Amino acid sequence: MRWVRIIAIAFLVVVSMSCLLANFVAPAPYAYQFRELPDASPSRQHLLGTDSLGRDRFSRLLYGTRVSLLLAPAAALFASILAALIGGSAGFVGGWLERCVMAATDLFLSLPWLFLLITVRALLPLNIAPFTSVLVTFALLGSLGWAAAARVICADARSFSRSDFILLARASGSGGFRLLWRHVVPNFKPVLFAQFWIAVPVFILAEANLGVLGLGVAEPLPSWGSLLRELESFSSMSGQPWQFFPLILLIAVISCIHLALRKQEPSL
Amino acid sequence: MRQRLIRFGFLLITFLAAGAMHAQSGSQLRFCLHSEPKTLNPVLMADESSETVRYLTGGVLMRLNRLTQTLEPELATSWKESAGGKTITFKLRAGLHFSDGTVFSAEDVAYTIQQLMDPALHSPTGDSFRSAEGKVITRVEGRDRVTVTFPAPVVGLDKLFDQVAIMSATSPQKELAVLGPYYVAENKAGSYLLLKRNPNYWKHDASGAQLPNIDSIRLDIQQNRDIEMVRLARGEISFINSLDPEYFDKLATQAPGTVHDAGVSLDSEQLWFNQVPTSPLPAYKKAWFTSTNFRRAISNAINRDDLARVVFRGHAQPAVSWVSPANKVWFNAKLQPHPYDQKAALRFLANDGFRMQNGVLHDRDGHIVEFSVITNAGNKYRERMATMIQQDLAGIGIRLNVVTLDFPSLIERITRTFDYEASLLGLVNNDLDPNSQMNVWLSSAENHQWNPSEKTPATAWEAEIDNLMRAQAATLDPKKRKKAVDRVQEIVWEQEPFIYLVNKNALSAVSKSLHNAHPVVLHPQVYWNVDQLSLGSEVAQSR
Repeated sequence: MRWVRIIAIAFLVVVSMSCLLANFVAPAPYAYQFRELPDASPSRQHLLGTDSLGRDRFSRLLYGTRVSLLLAPAAALFASILAALIGGSAGFVGGWLERCVMAATDLFLSLPWLFLLITVRALLPLNIAPFTSVLVTFALLGSLGWAAAARVICADARSFSRSDFILLARASGSGGFRLLWRHVVPNFKPVLFAQFWIAVPVFILAEANLGVLGLGVAEPLPSWGSLLRELESFSSMSGQPWQFFPLILLIAVISCIHLALRKQEPSL
Repeated sequence: MRQRLIRFGFLLITFLAAGAMHAQSGSQLRFCLHSEPKTLNPVLMADESSETVRYLTGGVLMRLNRLTQTLEPELATSWKESAGGKTITFKLRAGLHFSDGTVFSAEDVAYTIQQLMDPALHSPTGDSFRSAEGKVITRVEGRDRVTVTFPAPVVGLDKLFDQVAIMSATSPQKELAVLGPYYVAENKAGSYLLLKRNPNYWKHDASGAQLPNIDSIRLDIQQNRDIEMVRLARGEISFINSLDPEYFDKLATQAPGTVHDAGVSLDSEQLWFNQVPTSPLPAYKKAWFTSTNFRRAISNAINRDDLARVVFRGHAQPAVSWVSPANKVWFNAKLQPHPYDQKAALRFLANDGFRMQNGVLHDRDGHIVEFSVITNAGNKYRERMATMIQQDLAGIGIRLNVVTLDFPSLIERITRTFDYEASLLGLVNNDLDPNSQMNVWLSSAENHQWNPSEKTPATAWEAEIDNLMRAQAATLDPKKRKKAVDRVQEIVWEQEPFIYLVNKNALSAVSKSLHNAHPVVLHPQVYWNVDQLSLGSEVAQSR
């Protein structure tokens, strides 16, 4: 299966490079409306046709992929750090702190995410630029997505705190920050890494879900969520198979992330 | 024996011919409701699905012909308004029966009015008749004459009776006994309603055959528009009302001849700025939004033709003012839509001290001109309009942020907290009479969206609108009313508290097997002449 993994990684590299170089690769600005050509079929000028407002779909896909592929890992990193801080300290300290943190985690996990995101999004200031709105959306995803990872990390931290090597370190006079930095954090890395890679596709899909509800990234900035909105009406899109391209790309990228991740698991 | 056979054959042919001409035995019209009717009581109906049932089952004293936009006699053969619009007297059609056989009389009209105006029932239909505090008096004069007197004149009184389905005062079936073409035979909650032909319906066609032509109507409750489209394509339903422009174009290619664009409707889409003095906006933005020059500039910078052509695929028209051109009587034909003219927009802005610096517009105090527009999430047409307006305004150096909110949050902001800058929403209008929009145009009204519930008019032009709207509501003289309403349209066109964008077209799809369907712009579009509709082969329809 090594070659499958290599293909997956190569695909992710090609996609990442294309969207990072979108300014050079994209044939048109992502927001420009070719109003004489709404809903155009693919052509040499517009490789994936145009959307309902005449915007070049290929350019929007490149920029949208950049938004989703850059910010979803950023949000996943933020969520993983929060999870490490909250779950790690709770598991390591134990006692009442662990009970309180786990109660809060359970509460977070039981909250209806989507409705919570919709509510928080509605409470935000209105006058924010599209790029700020995308940052806010992913920051929200990151700040609300730590709970599941925190539970896993807390359990790990609890077992570390009772392990022989920590006992030995304590007996050797190691304590406080040194104990945490030299002995605990290096042992958290594999778990954190796994939680991070699990969160990336989850956040990509969460943003896509918000986008389908019209509550994701603000216009005219594209994201996978806003691009997938074109598919919400089956009857209006049938006969235009190129509209499925963002969906195919999303499935391919998430599948490739999982394929790339699978190889790493045994080494953890 | 031979003569007997000939006689029998002749009788058989006559019988078959009569059968073919008469109601199509077993014929069933099917279409979809997008939600379950909340009530079957005609005086309590307010939602669209309930109103559909009322239209199909209720007998009314007079009916607004949706094609000609004129009133036609139904259960009342004639009527007369008197006492300056306070009193109306009906002469009723004699010899009619409700669907259950109960005799129809003036007592039933009096009973219906009493139910309609009963404060305990809070009838939404009755609210239209409430012009002042006081009791409504009904006087029955024999079996076929009834007089209703209201405490104060009611403008457009006769037209309001188009919505009043007469109920029986004595029938044991209560409100289920009806005088309309159909009665409710079966109601499967959440699934469908089955209406059957009223055997006592009073109307007959030109050949003397009793109407309606179709035996029954099945109303399937179906929220999903995609499934509704598929069902139409399969021939499971006969028509779709209020079709989406995208679906319309799709059907136009798949099944040409089934779609109907009846032209511009009464519905409008509009943008407005928050002008509430107590809103939490900075003072400089309040100054922008209350400036007529600023609003006129924004209006001129919007390309309405593009909105109609791109967003609504040509199935809309640039809007002029608050009365749609579809309203043949009340539209002020002297007015034209504001043209797309960025130079004119910049001139209006220059009048208020705005200036362009490096492609970005600044006000006289140096603030960058940037504001947000909110609209309801999930309405792709409004989101697309907002995105197009964003590009249009960028052309005059204005940065527009488009924000989509879930509907409750949006309503909270525009009606309670006033924490918004501009809003893009639409108005669905089913009433031709401008009096129905008093709750929008009076400065004291709650639906005066740009600045609701003003204690005194905030501007001279709002005071003028107040006076004109009250004047048109206080007179029954059609010419005086028209003059006042025309002037209000002019003021709104000049001041643009609402920047009217487009009026959508009335789109529908009708199966070729449904005959005599002539979709119109007024609700209920396809089935306004339901008693004359008939079902047959597609070949017959394509004549």
